[in-house]
Amino acid sequence: MQFMLINYTKPSPDATADDVAAAKDDELWGAYTKALVDAGVLVGGEALHPSHTATTVRIIDGVKDLHDGPYADSKEQFGGFYLIEVPDLDAALMWAARNPAAATGAVEVRPVVSF
Amino acid sequence: MRDATREIERIARLSYGRLVASLSFRVGSIARAEDALSEALMRALDVWERQGVPKNPEGWLLRTARNKAVDDRRSEARAETYRTEIEMLLESHIEDGQTGIEDPRIRLMFACAHPAIEPRIRAPLMLQTVLGLDSRRIASVYLMSPGTLGQRLTRAKAKIEQSGIPLTLPSEHKEYEARLDDILTAIYAAYAVGANGFGSGDAKATNLASEALWLISTVCAALPSAAEAHGLFALILFTESRRNARFDAVSNTFIPLQQQDVNLWNSEMIRDAEQALRNAQSNLSLGRFQLEASIQAVHAARQTSGYSDWAALQTLYRGLVKISPTVGALTSQAAAEAETGGPEVGLQFLDRIDPRLRETYQPWHATRAHLLSKQGQTEAALSSFDSAIGLSNDPSERAYLMAEKAKLPRS
Repeated sequence: MQFMLINYTKPSPDATADDVAAAKDDELWGAYTKALVDAGVLVGGEALHPSHTATTVRIIDGVKDLHDGPYADSKEQFGGFYLIEVPDLDAALMWAARNPAAATGAVEVRPVVSF
Repeated sequence: MRDATREIERIARLSYGRLVASLSFRVGSIARAEDALSEALMRALDVWERQGVPKNPEGWLLRTARNKAVDDRRSEARAETYRTEIEMLLESHIEDGQTGIEDPRIRLMFACAHPAIEPRIRAPLMLQTVLGLDSRRIASVYLMSPGTLGQRLTRAKAKIEQSGIPLTLPSEHKEYEARLDDILTAIYAAYAVGANGFGSGDAKATNLASEALWLISTVCAALPSAAEAHGLFALILFTESRRNARFDAVSNTFIPLQQQDVNLWNSEMIRDAEQALRNAQSNLSLGRFQLEASIQAVHAARQTSGYSDWAALQTLYRGLVKISPTVGALTSQAAAEAETGGPEVGLQFLDRIDPRLRETYQPWHATRAHLLSKQGQTEAALSSFDSAIGLSNDPSERAYLMAEKAKLPRS
């Protein structure tokens, strides 16, 4: 079964894309990604530019409405995701607990619909 | 006014499991006992606020819940009901304070460990029915989805009732031993999960550890000749005695056994543990928990002797992996072998462990990293430290591993 682990992190300690790129390889995230790869469960994943770079688009009653910033203004922000292939939800939760974001923000675990 | 609410909260927290156990023993159903008790608690909220808290609040609740259960069964109007009712009347003189196999909590634990109950749900089921922990909390410590866990618990409770799993002790010796083993495994798992949360100050987890300790003490009191139960009691007490030494008071960083300040070990608890181990040894039988407790006894001796007897530990570990070759025991054995034979020997022991078992087992990678760094294999040690860091789900343990990794010489 595929699951997406959505990383919610504290508002950006990584103010620029370069910072995000650096954090991707830092000790914690690097070690976690390595563990996923070594266990053969990693399918994919990306890190995103900080949320202040987001632009949100809506069409309300046919009228386009754009605004700067993320869709949800929450304390933690959507910073990236991992796509993993594991036998069941229990295994996915075990990997989510190891995700560095779990200790500082939150990790949302969502099963992926297979077509 | 507030007294009533506080008292009810206190009872729900401290005695819920005992009351459910006592009731379900009488009404023959956990679900019915829980229903009756929650109604009794609701009534207490109303009655106690107006009339004050009764002298024996638990007795009041038990009586009210029992009457409620009798009413319910009466309305079900089945012939069997009357039989049960007579039994209840006969048994109603049995009040709290009984020990031995008459203790309803023990009977309930045996029912939870019935072979018909899915193994991984046994410990959560015991925690909920005997201790009254709510399923969300159990889900958090066991890393199960709260919804799924709730369903599994409901299914398991229904199974106990529908398939007629009796709330009695198994009469056959083999069956008794097997189920006792499951009970002990479940209690130990609960303790281990709880103890892992000490460093991060996780109150839910810390309470779970205390509750597991309470459960095993109940089992030991009820089954004085169960050597393995005493072994587990000793093992948990030894571990518990080091609670304050396991984490740095300021940074919360994990501190491994060999680097702990022995002055922070609770020597009174160590004495209790040693006594529990002696209780086990008075009933000759060799089991995994007695061996693990003996290993911890050797470590505990460092508090008075100032050194660790690695030769004794090596012997004990060799015995342990013969009867219980878990990945945890095999990894600890490798570490012990390295102390006497050097890192090379330890690494050989590590390499012999089944790759499927060790792959995502964090301590295996941490031990390997440690031994590789002793050998001066910096590059390989770095990689192993990263694996261990990535597999850890505990911030204090991660902080320790990162500090160790930082000590490696940089190329």
